Amino acid sequence: MSQMNAITRVDTADRFALTASLDRKWLERRTLINGLVIGCILLATLAAVIPLISILAMLVYKGLSGLSRASFVSLPPAAFEEGGGFGNAIVGTLIMVLIATVISTPIGILGAVYLAELGKTKWLSTALRFSAKTLNGLPSILAGVFVYGLVVLLFGGFSALAGSIALSLLMIPTIVLVSEEALRSVAANVKEAAMAMGATKTQAIWKVSLPAASPGILTGIMLAVARAAGETAPLLFTALFSNYWIMQNGKMSLTQPTASLSVLIYNFSASPFENQIQLAWSASLVLVLLVLTTNIIGKSISRRSRPR
Amino acid sequence: MVHNELSRSPTRWEQGIDKCFRALSSFHAWFIILLMFFIIGRIAWAAFPAIGDYNVQFILGRQWNPNAGQFGILPEIVGTLTSSLLAIAVAGVLGVCVAIFLSEHFVVSVTLGALTKLGFGNNPKTYWFAETVEDVLAKTIELLAAIPSVVYGLWGIFVVIPLIRPVCESLHQHLGWIPLFSTPLSGPGVLPASLVLAIMILPTVSSIVRDSLLAVPSKLREASYAMGATRWETLKRVVLPTAKNGIFGGILLAMGRAIGETMALAMLMGNSNTISWSIFSPGNTLAALLANNFPEASKTQIPVLMYAALVLLLMTFAINVLGVWVLQKSPLSEGTAK
Repeated sequence: MSQMNAITRVDTADRFALTASLDRKWLERRTLINGLVIGCILLATLAAVIPLISILAMLVYKGLSGLSRASFVSLPPAAFEEGGGFGNAIVGTLIMVLIATVISTPIGILGAVYLAELGKTKWLSTALRFSAKTLNGLPSILAGVFVYGLVVLLFGGFSALAGSIALSLLMIPTIVLVSEEALRSVAANVKEAAMAMGATKTQAIWKVSLPAASPGILTGIMLAVARAAGETAPLLFTALFSNYWIMQNGKMSLTQPTASLSVLIYNFSASPFENQIQLAWSASLVLVLLVLTTNIIGKSISRRSRPR
Repeated sequence: MVHNELSRSPTRWEQGIDKCFRALSSFHAWFIILLMFFIIGRIAWAAFPAIGDYNVQFILGRQWNPNAGQFGILPEIVGTLTSSLLAIAVAGVLGVCVAIFLSEHFVVSVTLGALTKLGFGNNPKTYWFAETVEDVLAKTIELLAAIPSVVYGLWGIFVVIPLIRPVCESLHQHLGWIPLFSTPLSGPGVLPASLVLAIMILPTVSSIVRDSLLAVPSKLREASYAMGATRWETLKRVVLPTAKNGIFGGILLAMGRAIGETMALAMLMGNSNTISWSIFSPGNTLAALLANNFPEASKTQIPVLMYAALVLLLMTFAINVLGVWVLQKSPLSEGTAK
């Protein structure tokens, strides 16, 4: 430190230089203010982590005790009924998210291909990116309102399909934006090499860009799946809820009201019955495990393939 | 033309496929653009009968009485704005702190300093460890965004409300003359809803702000440190002013999230059609109104609810567009300063 003192005190007219010096004493006002502010920032960051720990702890504490094999294979209990589970809700969530993924993945990837590779007209790309960002900020309940007006009113009734369409609306923008980023990160000279060998743009995209960008695209899809699996608002009045299995008499009926984990948690959270509240906690634990696992695996896929 | 296996011109067939694929791709591009317009248009069209019947009276009215045909959403608009403003006040401060903490590598330097004191300096593993600690913290905060909204609602009902109730009770008893504390907290209310909402939007704030802080060229920081400035002085005079567009943009986008957030608020606000100064009183939001009324809406009520949905759509749309615009106006965006 004493060596540094020799080269301090740069005398310029600049106000900033006059107030500052490399000479740092512990009890100086600037040093104390600095320490105080850094301490506050540290405390604020810790305060932000506490809710996460509290939620996870509560889920394990309250949810784990009610979890048994019956939770996964039986139907939701009625009022005053003991036991029961949320098997149909797990199946419902999985099926609706699966259909939503099937709908939104091709649309999202092709939109991203247009943005990253094919878009020649600039205004169309700008409009597409703007639309994707706007759809990304669309409140999830409005996706439900839209599908209610479009599907439920027209085709008469709540159904798993309506729920899936509402979820796919929320997945499309995520897939577009993340896939575009992934496609853009593929080195341009690799694509150019393919074109120079006589490949068409389409062949270059299918054989070079998409395979190279596939980890990033997969991340986008998994993040979208994780988001959709946890959504409640778009399902409330599209898929509604059901106390029965989606498979009736060996046939899957996608045109009937369908149960989902998130709507079950919402319905049971306001219940006066201890058993139903217990099930809401257990279902939350299952849902959070499902969502967080998908989210973490999704993120780690593209991280491993792109060394930093 | 020389035929060799490595390179050749595309055949007719391949050119045909190329044309088809290009058309398919731009078809989907158009599809996404039209989807956005279709969503806005469909909701506006469904709301049209109600706009004719109730026009501005709908936005300024305070009654919601389906039997008498009275519909007004002023309490919901006020509730939406108060809850999201309160949430953004908390999440803005916390989120910027978290972003600073993570982007200025405080964790790395603190951990490195401690390990060096303990005699582990000059070891590549020490650097790796310090960076991993920071990475884990950043990932943990990102995970807050992944937890479903309905789980936040459940947590709010059974953890947050019992936790803050005693504090709110004593505030009401001793400082009840202040309008903000003028009613007791009877369970659900504006304050618990806003607190939970703040935690939900914190990751949005912190990730956008962190990106814009990381975009500040490190030369600027180093120049400031070289002049003898402390960390705080560098932040206050160099880093934060340079990144201010990113900070405001992040806060605006998080506000858009907060306005559209549904489940946690439907579970924690209390669904009461009241306007009150008190932050302990129950209230309602536009999104929660939709969530509660749509499942059993009658044919006559649907246009009215669509009108409410249109108001919500326009509010989030305006804020999101403003947020994206502020972010793009930033001197640091898109390679202008590198």
